[in-house]
Amino acid sequence: MSITLEEARESYLTEEGTLRSWLLTTDHKRIALLYLGSTTVFFFLGGIAAAAMRLQLVTPNGLIVSNETYNRLFTGHGVIMVWFFLVPVVPVTLGNFVVPLMIGARDLAFPRLNLFSWYLFVLGGLIAIYALFAGGVDTGWTFYTPLSTDYAKGHVVAIVLGIFISGFSSIATGINFIVTIHRLRAPGLTWYRLPIFLWSLYATSVIYVLATPVLAITLVLLAFERIFRVGVFDPALGGDPLLFQHMFWFYSHPAVYIMILPGMGVVSEIIPAFSGKRLFGYHFVAWCSVAIAVIGFLVWGHHMFVAGTSVYSAIVFSILSYFVAVPSAIKVFNWLGTMHKGFVRFDAPMLYALGFIGLFTMGGLTGLFLAALAADVHLTQTYFVVAHFHYIMVGGMVSAFFGGLHYWWPKITGRMYPEMWGRVAAIMIFFGFNLTFFPQFILGYEGMPRRYATYPPQFQVLNVLSSAGATILAVAYLLPLGYLMWSLFRGARAPANPWNATGLEWQTPSPPPHINFIVTPVVTQPPYNYPPPEAQEHV
Amino acid sequence: MSEVTFQYENETHRADTAVAGFWLFLASEMLFFGGLFLVWTVYRQIHNSGFNQASQHANLLIGSINTVILFTSSAVFAAALPAGRRGANRTAFWLCVVTWLLGLAFLLLKLWEWKTDLGEGLFPGPDFSITGPGSAGAPLFWAFYFVATGLHGIHLLVGLGLVAWIALMAYRKQLSASNATSLEVVSLYWAFVDVIWLMLYPMIYLSGHVG
Repeated sequence: MSITLEEARESYLTEEGTLRSWLLTTDHKRIALLYLGSTTVFFFLGGIAAAAMRLQLVTPNGLIVSNETYNRLFTGHGVIMVWFFLVPVVPVTLGNFVVPLMIGARDLAFPRLNLFSWYLFVLGGLIAIYALFAGGVDTGWTFYTPLSTDYAKGHVVAIVLGIFISGFSSIATGINFIVTIHRLRAPGLTWYRLPIFLWSLYATSVIYVLATPVLAITLVLLAFERIFRVGVFDPALGGDPLLFQHMFWFYSHPAVYIMILPGMGVVSEIIPAFSGKRLFGYHFVAWCSVAIAVIGFLVWGHHMFVAGTSVYSAIVFSILSYFVAVPSAIKVFNWLGTMHKGFVRFDAPMLYALGFIGLFTMGGLTGLFLAALAADVHLTQTYFVVAHFHYIMVGGMVSAFFGGLHYWWPKITGRMYPEMWGRVAAIMIFFGFNLTFFPQFILGYEGMPRRYATYPPQFQVLNVLSSAGATILAVAYLLPLGYLMWSLFRGARAPANPWNATGLEWQTPSPPPHINFIVTPVVTQPPYNYPPPEAQEHV
Repeated sequence: MSEVTFQYENETHRADTAVAGFWLFLASEMLFFGGLFLVWTVYRQIHNSGFNQASQHANLLIGSINTVILFTSSAVFAAALPAGRRGANRTAFWLCVVTWLLGLAFLLLKLWEWKTDLGEGLFPGPDFSITGPGSAGAPLFWAFYFVATGLHGIHLLVGLGLVAWIALMAYRKQLSASNATSLEVVSLYWAFVDVIWLMLYPMIYLSGHVG
């Protein structure tokens, strides 16, 4: 294959323009954009369900929908947001785009598998959407038996099939990332020279590959039981409904770390870049990602403290759950240590990253309350739990996703986003989020149970506050959709390295050519090799 | 180099990477079946006598014949790998054909076994035939039986497709020392399907005949 240098420099966006060239592409950068489009659709679908729920809860007796519809709304919101947005979003969009660039490779190890995973994702997503619009599912996103197998009406089998299929898309992505990071690193790029984003994606991928299949078989058993009406988890036939919960959480608790580790990775890129300093305690941050992934496999029982498991197992799971807090806290302190005496710039990505640290810390600390057995008995199944995991998954992960999207936007599109609007949206998300979810901690502490369409009148003030916050949050999430689209056409042309950041992805043009690097880079320096702050002040 | 291989330094780099990726896929598959084995083991612990009774209704003869057939097919296919690597396409082709026919024989016997199982009222439900004292949990055994052998059968069906693909490559004389990755990956898969059966055979057919 002989091509001229001019052709090799042509950007991946303009190289070929037909629809066919996009739908059959094996270029990781284009697949990342396909994923970005589809996850955005799911984000707004799930968001609409959330908006309807917050509207419903403005008045104690419910404002707009029936109890049955409300059940379908929170199930739809949970299923879409967990499996079709939070679990895939950062790895398949930002990860897909930057992993090969960060390691100096021309593509992922298995480009066709990468494209195939997108088709699986879309197929699974369409089936799930069909299930939701054909009448919905009212089991909650956890599908607990025997409700989901014997009693629930609606399209349980269809939605489970959608999740099953999209699970294989996750497994494919996980395999691709692990093998790529092992096998395709540029010369000189040793493990301890890898950006932390790659360490966290590696840890995430391990969970994808090892936890997702357990969910898959659990869902197969669930569907088998529901279709043939023969109980696998049915107590009437000697089955054990709790076993379903064990199997479900064996996947779904590690999946919580799927939903936060990539976000931590993004933040570990942004903080050094905008502090102009090396990442403090690189080795600790790197290994903490792995530690979180490993310990994450050993804590699933804390979802079942009040389900009737043995007290002794509950004590063990409680202690193990505390252990997860250690590597998480180490990371937070290392980010703070990186900023300390740094040359901090408050561009939009940095504001998102700072928001992440604050919200993630809140979510993590309240997680310790829930890991404590005695406190959990009081707080479980209340809005305290809802607030806790939204602080991690929405406050943390979605902020990190937006941070990463702004950080790499110039690289992805070759255009700068409007900085002022980026900062406005970042600040609005932070405040809107806190107004939405902080009242829910108090509501839960006072005993308001989750998943009800109505509530006693004394909870109304806090619920109205929460719904008011949700409107701010909705505007704040719509803003980037508007100005990022605008920047595609009108934004200033981005230079190769607008942030003066380290990392191989900034050494190739924005947007990169199809083959990423004309000449394969050779790495000779440690990661985050920023000059000392004194030197920067004289620049 | 083709569009999807330009990220590799050379053909060996590419081949080794493909095999590494496939091992990861098998790890994932292991946990898929592992979840099933776990649920099975837990229930066997709870309903020991029911599971033993249920297991005695399984067709030991067909199960054993099938075990021999599948293991023979694996041995035959394992011989195809060195043949393909040294470019002996004709040998590799016939080894693939034998493997394929043995795999098909396994599936046909399995279908026949299912038919007799259903005829004996072994599908859990209102007409389930194992009743009486100590039979609690027997329907669970048979629910697992159908799920596990069904999933294994689907894997074997996929395997038949893959072996046919390799046979076609051998027929077109495309296998060589530098082009044996597909063959290696399919042999891994075929062996894996065999290993799963190695777990299922004692769980289904033998567990009721001990202790």
